Amino acid sequence: MTASRITLGIRTSLRLSRAGTGLRTCARRYGTASEPLKRTGIYDFHVANGAKMVPFAGYSMPLAYGDVGQVASHNHVRKSVGLFDVGHMVQSNFRGATATEFLEWLTPSSLSTLPAYSSTLSLLLNEQGGIIDDTIITKHASDAFYVVTNAGRREQDLAWFKQKLQEWNATEKGKTGPVEMEILENWGLLALQGPGAASYLQSLTSYNLRDLLFGKSAFVPVEGFNLHVARGGYTGEDGFEISIPPNQTEEVARMLSKNPVQLTGLGARDSLRLEAGMCLYGNDIDESTNPIEAGLTWVISKDRRESGNFIGADAVRQVLKDGPSRRRVGLIIEGAPARQGAKIMGPGNEQVGSVTSGIPSPTLGQNIAMGYVESGLHKKGTELEVEVRNKLRKAVVTPLPFLKPNYWRG
Amino acid sequence: MQSILRTAVLARPARAFCMRTPAFRPVSFRTLVTKRYSADHESVIFDDTTGLATVTITNYAQSSLGDVVFVELPSPGTEVAQGDAIGAVESVKAASDIYAPVSGTIEEINEILSSEPGLLNKSPEEKGWLCKIKLSEPAELEQLLTEEAYKAHCES
Repeated sequence: MTASRITLGIRTSLRLSRAGTGLRTCARRYGTASEPLKRTGIYDFHVANGAKMVPFAGYSMPLAYGDVGQVASHNHVRKSVGLFDVGHMVQSNFRGATATEFLEWLTPSSLSTLPAYSSTLSLLLNEQGGIIDDTIITKHASDAFYVVTNAGRREQDLAWFKQKLQEWNATEKGKTGPVEMEILENWGLLALQGPGAASYLQSLTSYNLRDLLFGKSAFVPVEGFNLHVARGGYTGEDGFEISIPPNQTEEVARMLSKNPVQLTGLGARDSLRLEAGMCLYGNDIDESTNPIEAGLTWVISKDRRESGNFIGADAVRQVLKDGPSRRRVGLIIEGAPARQGAKIMGPGNEQVGSVTSGIPSPTLGQNIAMGYVESGLHKKGTELEVEVRNKLRKAVVTPLPFLKPNYWRG
Repeated sequence: MQSILRTAVLARPARAFCMRTPAFRPVSFRTLVTKRYSADHESVIFDDTTGLATVTITNYAQSSLGDVVFVELPSPGTEVAQGDAIGAVESVKAASDIYAPVSGTIEEINEILSSEPGLLNKSPEEKGWLCKIKLSEPAELEQLLTEEAYKAHCES
């Protein structure tokens, strides 16, 4: 066993089984052992539905429900529809006359040209161009944005926003149109995901969901509730992320979890997002990763690459000019699945990178992984090797995502 | 987890071959089979006529691991010492190492697991056995846990 391997031996994994074996590394990174775990608004609902609750990002979250195994749960979302509680994530509103400019300073996204009620994946970058967090920003108007950030980065993100808001509001521009941030504490966030998501939600609303394309959002009347519904998700499937006021979350969850919807836990969420080629913050990206090597250059709007004045812009431009030294790639591995930390070896049997996430893919029946390799070895079809339990296994660079997404584009 | 364990234990009546003390040893040619457990959630079923110990993961282990999708086993002929990592059981969520609960030589591995890893979930302590080890240190068996001690270990 190599030191770098994340060993989840039976010895340790079962002792930590209540903490969820596969998610142990995340829990360890994100959780603070001394603090009691927080609960989302529908904790009781999960328990009543037979959830196995585990610590994740400081919250007690459902790993799986009842006897439904991770593979069955995963497959149900790919073939039908599943409901995820993502209420641990941080939801915020940014309002003010200069909100667009403020968020364009914090991110490399072109928010001024983003149409109203549209969302974009974006990044909070530090001065060195490292990724503080990935985030979904939804524009409601040039002076009103709805932002969702990761639970595991709550403290860092909120401190960053607070500091940058102070700096911004002290500038001449900020004084003329100060920006305020409102954290939607205890609001619910549910993700209805899968090819059956639209027909299920359509049965509960008069709003024509055919008009709500991938990446768009709207306030949708759902059985008497008026909910913010954003079309998208973290599975590669069609779906919706639904924001719900605190006292309505459980009732909405009940409404959204009837047949054929299955409640789906963190276990399946991880395998679904990995097949969809999406990054998990803390595994695949972190403050030492820049957007270019992470394969997220597309997140930086073209019009802002040359001239954009955003935090980290100089560092980003330097990498764009020189080219990144390493690249995030997809791998298909023969034999054993490679997990986070597994060494990626090059043609001369030297280490050329590491795996950042890896699973046996339930949909493909192959071992898939993401990781970083030296530039030049990142091209499709490049044959590498990955070390698992001291043995080298053949690994082939494969384009991400592993599965073609199934988004609703009209 | 505890409720799963309880069900599992109830569903698994005490096995007739579970010998605890030599006092109960019948004076006959019956095969004597002893079942012991490791703290790493493996069971060892020792057959004294063949001198072979069959290694399995426990039912408790399979229920904690979830759907097993890949099993890696050692090559027959490998000499192992108690505590050596000899393979792994992989579910979608995690890889779990298998440690040799006893020292000896790997005599046989369960080839069916390469095509049917799900046997580990369906029949962990019988059809889903992992490997058979020819003991080099039979005294090690005595240091392993009895069924009661293992049960207590799982509940602790």
